[in-house]
Amino acid sequence: MARIELAGLAHSYKANPSEPSDYALRPMEMTWNDGGAYALLGPSGCGKTTLLNIISGLVRPSQGKVLFDGKDITNLPTESRNIAQVFQFPVIYDTMTVGENLAFPLKNRGWKTADINKRVAHIAEILELTPDLKNRASGLTADAKQKISLGRGLVRPDVAAVLFDEPLTVIDPHLKWLLRRKLKEIHHELKLSLIYVTHDQIEALTFADKVVVMTDGEVVQIGTAQELFEAPAHTFVGYFIGNPGMNLLPCGYSADGVRIAGVSEFLPPRRGLRMGEGSLKLGIRPEFVECVAQGTADSLPARVISARNMGTHWLVDCQLGEYRVACKQRTLHSVAAGDAVGVRLPDERILYYVNERRVA
Amino acid sequence: MKTYNNKAWWFVLPVILSVAFSAIVPLMTVVNYSVQDILGPDQSVFVGMEWFREVMRDEDLHGALARQLWFSLAVLSIEIPLGIGVALTMPAQGWRASLSLVLVALPLLIPWNVVGTIWQIFGRGDIGLMGKLINDAGISYNYTGDSWDAWLTVLLMDVWHWTPLVVLLCYAGLRAIPDAYYQAAKIDGASRFAVFRFIQLPKMRNVLMIAVLLRFMDSFMIYTEPFVLTGGGPGNATTFLSQYLTQKAVGQFDLGPAAAFSLIYFLIILLFSFVLYNWMQRVGTGDKT
Repeated sequence: MARIELAGLAHSYKANPSEPSDYALRPMEMTWNDGGAYALLGPSGCGKTTLLNIISGLVRPSQGKVLFDGKDITNLPTESRNIAQVFQFPVIYDTMTVGENLAFPLKNRGWKTADINKRVAHIAEILELTPDLKNRASGLTADAKQKISLGRGLVRPDVAAVLFDEPLTVIDPHLKWLLRRKLKEIHHELKLSLIYVTHDQIEALTFADKVVVMTDGEVVQIGTAQELFEAPAHTFVGYFIGNPGMNLLPCGYSADGVRIAGVSEFLPPRRGLRMGEGSLKLGIRPEFVECVAQGTADSLPARVISARNMGTHWLVDCQLGEYRVACKQRTLHSVAAGDAVGVRLPDERILYYVNERRVA
Repeated sequence: MKTYNNKAWWFVLPVILSVAFSAIVPLMTVVNYSVQDILGPDQSVFVGMEWFREVMRDEDLHGALARQLWFSLAVLSIEIPLGIGVALTMPAQGWRASLSLVLVALPLLIPWNVVGTIWQIFGRGDIGLMGKLINDAGISYNYTGDSWDAWLTVLLMDVWHWTPLVVLLCYAGLRAIPDAYYQAAKIDGASRFAVFRFIQLPKMRNVLMIAVLLRFMDSFMIYTEPFVLTGGGPGNATTFLSQYLTQKAVGQFDLGPAAAFSLIYFLIILLFSFVLYNWMQRVGTGDKT
């Protein structure tokens, strides 16, 4: 168990990084508390796997330090760190039984057979692998194999953190849910720090207490599911999380208020906004946009592009000025493509972004 | 009443025809020779199993067979571990990987009779680099006179010529192992040997099976190189089965016994390959037979 700190950590696969874009991981400061469940969320190539491999010691960072409980372990090799990692594809030792697979890390560390057997039995019990202990690992299903990979990490009692690199990629959808629940149980039972890399927002939001959102090698926000949903700190978080993502409308700010390009009405001014500050964007979740009858008070005139019933809700695409606005709502008066409607953007739900970062 | 649709035979027909012409018809010709005594172009007598009986009792054949078995055993027990070892030390990527692949593959590109000629000169005590050096070092070495030297030279030549094949196969097998395995092994604290024993060796199983079978079959049928190098001598020291067969069929024109022996030869290779294959299929999977 350990608190993990990243101090001025950065990594570049190039020898002499000069531009920010040369970095796979841009300089960052971060602290992960002992026993927390964290998810690293971001699109492919955003640097999340690099970050994970730096923590596990498979990649040595070009700058900065990794600290476990305040101890600098940046230059320690993987096997000397108390880290377990579960990879995207299950890694099992084909020639061994399930039990031997689980015992392998302990055997390598010179444990006594009796102690190994006790520990393996305990972990197999937690992972529900007991009936398979004597069977060959190579004949099992992908989810059982992934449990073995996890088990080889859990079997070491000194493990500070278990790192997951998109571990559910090869698991059938209906088993994903079961395995994820198992992970939560284990987290609860063993109080381990878990760091979970994924590009699937549902996985990240259901698994983690805190989600770390990354893009282009940069951490753009750390927060709970609710924080990421209601108050994205960066436009990337806005559109990456949520289905569909946040509506982001470029707009202009003047003494009269905020105006979306192509719309004549003004939205009320907002404290914290200043004029001429760079590119201003208005962000609002589709869930908070209301599609109402034309001419309703406080609504902006818009035109319906499409309206689809998604079963639990309606999804309406509207043309508002020069931009498209998605609107997600439970009920809808009958509309068809081409209809003139009103779109209400409740002021308390509107967020403003300057140069992609939230300002108000 | 069930009706059968026999259309499928038409789809199998091309395969049957091509296999018939490439294998079955030639093989049947051999079978035909093996049970007849050919006295002249239009004169032959059916002799049944006579040639088989004769060949089986032939002392020269027993000698050649024993030499052949020892030779193949030696080839496998040297080339397979050596091939694995070389493949393990080769760089995984970059220009060094390409360079080492080309260097390793070079002996495979040389025609077999040229290989024989190269070693014939290389091993000569008077002008050959290897032969001269060994003799200068005070060790008497003469592959044309000493049967032990001749046998070792043929073996060394085969190792030089064919280990690269094993290396290439193993190298391909090693490159196919995903990085995650090595990373997981690091995290599990596995030693270098454990990585080899539990990851690399099991993952090379299939290529090793191909390597063992190919090297067994090829070494068991070796002909050109010893023929060029030693001509089977001194005495019969390096006369292997193929050469014995050629002497019978072409040299003495004993078509009947040669045909009978060809069939036995074929069956021996088939049998050994079958046994090796089945053994390798099971080894390391824990299935008890």
